[in-house]
Amino acid sequence: MDRPRFELTASPHIKGPDSTPRIMWSVVGSLVPVVVAASWYFGVSALLVITVATLGAVGTERVLGPGGTLRDGSAAITGLLLGLTLPAGIPLWMALLGGIIAIGLGKMVFGGLGQNVFNPALIGRAFLQAAFPEGLTTWPPAPERWFQLAGDNFALPFMSPDLEPFVTGATPLGQMKFEGIGTAPLDLFLGATGGSLGETAAVAILLGGAYLALKKYLDWRIPVSIFATVALLSQTVHWISPEYPGAVFMLFSGGLMLGAVYMATDMVTSPTTPKGAWLYGLGIGALVVLIRLWGGLPEGVMYAILLMNAMVPFINRATQPRVFGTGRGVAAP
Amino acid sequence: MKATTPRQDLVRGIWKENPVLIQLLGLCPALAVTNSVENSLAMGLATFFVLLGSSVLVSLLKKWIPKEVRISAYILIIATFVTIADLVLNAVVPEIHKALGAFIALIVVNCMILGRQEAFASKYPVGRAVLDAAGTGAGFLIALVIMGSVRELLGNGSFLGVPVFGPDFEPWIIMILPPGGFFTLGFILLGFGWWKERKAQQVRPRRWPHGVTTEVEEAA
Repeated sequence: MDRPRFELTASPHIKGPDSTPRIMWSVVGSLVPVVVAASWYFGVSALLVITVATLGAVGTERVLGPGGTLRDGSAAITGLLLGLTLPAGIPLWMALLGGIIAIGLGKMVFGGLGQNVFNPALIGRAFLQAAFPEGLTTWPPAPERWFQLAGDNFALPFMSPDLEPFVTGATPLGQMKFEGIGTAPLDLFLGATGGSLGETAAVAILLGGAYLALKKYLDWRIPVSIFATVALLSQTVHWISPEYPGAVFMLFSGGLMLGAVYMATDMVTSPTTPKGAWLYGLGIGALVVLIRLWGGLPEGVMYAILLMNAMVPFINRATQPRVFGTGRGVAAP
Repeated sequence: MKATTPRQDLVRGIWKENPVLIQLLGLCPALAVTNSVENSLAMGLATFFVLLGSSVLVSLLKKWIPKEVRISAYILIIATFVTIADLVLNAVVPEIHKALGAFIALIVVNCMILGRQEAFASKYPVGRAVLDAAGTGAGFLIALVIMGSVRELLGNGSFLGVPVFGPDFEPWIIMILPPGGFFTLGFILLGFGWWKERKAQQVRPRRWPHGVTTEVEEAA
């Protein structure tokens, strides 16, 4: 039998080197500086919490997934990001449960990678925050020695952590909201403040985000739009009434950096059109400022992103580009 | 409609046609008041009573209820029994009455109850209607108590108010909040779906010569 001269295949005919695993593992790689920064500030507890959250996510993907999906690295990202949103002193069993919920309830229930409506890591975090409000809002200050635990990490499963021997602090946002105390901008930028593991070192997150944006693995419009909205809105409010914090504080405190760079830009749950990306960022930025300044909680990045995730299908539909040769000014044939 | 035996009338509502877990009827109280076993029991028993009472009355009165206004007649009958349940709960267990709040009055619009009147009690003699109402009511009660147990155990670490896991248990507060109702129901339905799928796979589909597969009717 002769082989056919022309092989007829469906498009695409030109393929780039990028694949799902390649992109996902690049994201994991770009998170390494953030993890290093977290463990620098919070000691061994940071590594423990991040590792256990990742194990929970990857293990759930292994059990519930269709098989072979561990290699694409998406579960590892979910686990890493979830770990980075948790405080250092959280009991490890809560971190594990968060990882399980993130993948099980945030992703597998919808049908796996690419099907989920909401960012899985934030689903895990939102579940934990609603289930264990106390454990999730206990912020230990950085321990003195690296091997010193930041909290009762080894509390027995399903049992309350023993917080007696540990000092707890406040996050810059909490201090601002409930006590009206600001934090020096340089401390915020370098990360020497209380808070979740990954929400402190803005510089490490921006470096990782810049790398991903250059590789086009994330849509730069989304973080830029979020930052611009937050800066403009909060600076305007600050001018009108100076008791509210200014743009610099709002940008570099709390989970805004991690959320805007790594969570809002999740390819599955963010808009596909450029115009949609601007709109989506605008929505997240506005919600963050609204919740932080006038909401009951000191931090609102998580809920802002989850709410806008829900809007993504509508944003996509509303911002479809005009197909070339149709619409405006073109007479129907 | 296939003729059913009295035994089927009774058993069907408990498991095979469970109002909450299979038919997804009466979800409003199932989601809203199942944050503890006590509330679930009270709600389940009140609904059981209303369903039984109105089924008996509807079955007895079916010859005199004009077809055109039957729905309003059923609602009136149901509302009578709801009022009785409401007053009795308020007199006997005022605290539970307070915890259930508007959801007692809302039993009137529980579509499971109206559904049984329309589909069964208005067509069958009293004895069969009683069996059907008892089965459906028991199914509803069981579903509510299952949900209440899961939510109270996780959300409060207790069963009927008695601590189960000791004083150090860290309660999952979300489970006694509204999302916990949705999570619990969702996971129960997920479990049911998984179980039914597995059972269906064990029944071999009959293959016709031209390749069309038909589902073999499940042996009743």
